[in-house]
Amino acid sequence: MYRGSPGMLAWVLHRITGVAVLLFLFGHIIETSMLGLGPDAYNRTIEIYRQAWFKPIEFLLVAAVLFHAGNGLIVMILDFWPNATRVYRRMFWIGAGVYILVLLPVAYLILGKVVGLR
Amino acid sequence: MREAAFRTGYQERPAGGLPLFLWFYIRVSALAMIGLVIGHLYIMHVINSTDTIDFQFVAQRFRTPFWRAYDLLILLFALSHGLIGLRGILDDYIHHRGWRAAAEAALWIVGIVFAALGALVLFTLQFSPGS
Ligand code: HEM
Repeated sequence: MYRGSPGMLAWVLHRITGVAVLLFLFGHIIETSMLGLGPDAYNRTIEIYRQAWFKPIEFLLVAAVLFHAGNGLIVMILDFWPNATRVYRRMFWIGAGVYILVLLPVAYLILGKVVGLR
Repeated sequence: MREAAFRTGYQERPAGGLPLFLWFYIRVSALAMIGLVIGHLYIMHVINSTDTIDFQFVAQRFRTPFWRAYDLLILLFALSHGLIGLRGILDDYIHHRGWRAAAEAALWIVGIVFAALGALVLFTLQFSPGS
């Protein structure tokens, strides 16, 4: 089935990002529920997010959600407007361009401090 | 034959019944979540950051029912959308009927446990004045 098209890559990434974000969601719910145990328990738990090693993971998670949301939007456009099939490639590359442009400031905000940029 | 290479993989619109309902549900929840998720990322990672968010921040935020409702919506949409998505993925790899039923049961249990855990905090968290 593999045809090496950008669409195939997008589909694989859509699946991987969906599952990865779902796995993070489980941890996120557990971590947030620590609020119920009081300020100390919660603050100690979210200490994890302050570690330098977590920052690349945080960036990848934001990047995963944004990819999944953007690609999901393209999937829905194709579902409800089959004619868009003809301009799929254009949608893909415009989407990829917007995606990179959005990721640059996100990378600066999340990774900037770790690499000493801010 | 598939109409085009990029359609490979994504779920085709099912003819009817539960599969069609779930197909729509994935898409309706996806549309609803686009705004909620972008808002969430913007507030937590752009305006604020994981370096500064703490109990105090959440306490302030949860003073208004609006943000509790916002978080409840995003919780229920993300959990149900993700688990229904995972159900579709498992269907691609699990073909034995018994194992499919077992996977379905496991997804329901995981969904109920995590929805309850997440909602619990949103509904019950009280802050002593001044905290
Ligand atoms: C932000 C807005 C989101 C949009 C626009 C979106 C869009 C979509 C769409 C259209 C599908 C159906 C693809 C198909 O039919 O094959 C899908 C599947 C899926 N989504 Fe999302 N989604 C979003 C958020 C999320 C979140 C937060 C999670 C995780 C908790 C998630 C997990 C999944 C999973 C696991 C699948 C199944 C993937 C597959 O079958 O390959 N999605 N999403």
